[in-house]
Amino acid sequence: MEEIKENKRTTEPLTDEAGGDVVISIKHLKKSFGPNTVLRDITMELRTGENIVVLGRSGQGKSVAIKCIVGLLQQDGGTCNVYGDEVKDLPETALKELRGKVGFLFQSGALYDSMTVGENLAFPLTRVKKMNDDNEINKLVEEMLGNVGLKDAIDKMPSELSGGMRKRIGLARTLIMKPQIMLYDEPTTGLDPITSKEISELILTMQKKYKTSSIIITHDMACAKITADRIMVMDSGTFIAEGTYAELEKSGNELVQSFFK
Amino acid sequence: MEQTITQSWKTRFLAVGDQVTFMGTFFRNIFRAGFEWNELIRQCYIIGYKSFTLVGITGFILGFVMTLQSIPTMKDFGAVSYVPSMVAISIIREIGPVIIALICAGKIASSIGAELGSMKVTEQIDAMEVSGANPVQYLVVTRIIACTIMIPLLTLMADALALAGGFFGSNIDSHVSAILYFSKAFSSLAFSDVFPALIKSVFFGFAIGFVGCYKGYNSGSGTESVGVAANTAVVNASLWIILLDAIAVELTSIVVYG
Repeated sequence: MEEIKENKRTTEPLTDEAGGDVVISIKHLKKSFGPNTVLRDITMELRTGENIVVLGRSGQGKSVAIKCIVGLLQQDGGTCNVYGDEVKDLPETALKELRGKVGFLFQSGALYDSMTVGENLAFPLTRVKKMNDDNEINKLVEEMLGNVGLKDAIDKMPSELSGGMRKRIGLARTLIMKPQIMLYDEPTTGLDPITSKEISELILTMQKKYKTSSIIITHDMACAKITADRIMVMDSGTFIAEGTYAELEKSGNELVQSFFK
Repeated sequence: MEQTITQSWKTRFLAVGDQVTFMGTFFRNIFRAGFEWNELIRQCYIIGYKSFTLVGITGFILGFVMTLQSIPTMKDFGAVSYVPSMVAISIIREIGPVIIALICAGKIASSIGAELGSMKVTEQIDAMEVSGANPVQYLVVTRIIACTIMIPLLTLMADALALAGGFFGSNIDSHVSAILYFSKAFSSLAFSDVFPALIKSVFFGFAIGFVGCYKGYNSGSGTESVGVAANTAVVNASLWIILLDAIAVELTSIVVYG
């Protein structure tokens, strides 16, 4: 297992924290939109320091599942516990506190159009952490932009950025809050293979630096190969396979195999 | 057919309930800690200052055209000297607030609806919520309050420019001094003309902000929804302005004129 991990990564593998405490526990999650059942039966656990990649075709409910974790959507059935708390039962204050521990990188980065890059990163610091020391805020913003290699973009507007730059800034804005769990919604979608690889490696680097546990939604196999400790394959609203990259590469399941061709 | 009608009414009632809930959310978030003063000022600038030119030109032309249209008829009755008073009362009481509100519904409600709709589609509102910030306080409360403040101020400015436009209109075919014109105009105005109109404008401003924010914040997914949000914001805001005006006129006639 360790040999396979070293082969697939370009950075040092994580220390042996996988197999730690369960931070997210989802059991028999169900979600429908009107007559359309998107999630039929989703069960998974995320442990401390672990990277889980959720693979699946478009429209299978992958993004819906992770939105239930942060309370953006409410499930119709099943449970979704984060640090032992059932998300849909949390009062507003507790949900806000939980969201402070969970970072979410949206598919397009979701940068605030009316603010500069620097203001985007400062926004959660001033509104959520209630920081008001401009020097301290600027220091954190510059540090985080440096981490993603975009220090010069601080005064740019989101409309001036490329897709890859937006993803990096989105990642910086999420990590500036020092979350313990990271959720990535298709972080490499729409990017060229070189930029996709850069983003995947950045995810791994940031995870190692900030010691986060992650769920990465993707159908990008290169990203899965770089980032995953474990891969779960979703189809028709449920998981059909689970394993490491190497294990699933040898799977006999036709759908699973189709991802590797 | 019966089922379709029932479903249609059900949808309408649900929409009304939804809007009442949204209004409740708005009022709850006004008094929450961490009011976004900077964003409110920014929105006042965007909504107010950036509408000056459009509203100013509209107001001026309103007074100018109304004067030009009134003079021939008033001449027949030998009552040309009453034109300044007539234009002033008409503009201040009714035409100014309503026309300016309708102009602002087109400009501001559509802009707010499109902006928030676009933010919804690109998941910016979700991102704000997930980060732990309060998107309602930052996006909705500031815009509605800014509209409620700026629309009456814009109306007052438009009214003043309408009177100026009326003065220019009066001087097209004849000569009327500014002192004579404006003294005639202001002498006819009473507190009962100005104050109810101002109050009416406050409600118009609230309606414009509320409808724009509601439509944008609750828009669907996809770029088509942004256009729908902007369009329906204008239509609904305009309807609300007409409805509120009717209510205001009736209330004014009961309270002020007995």
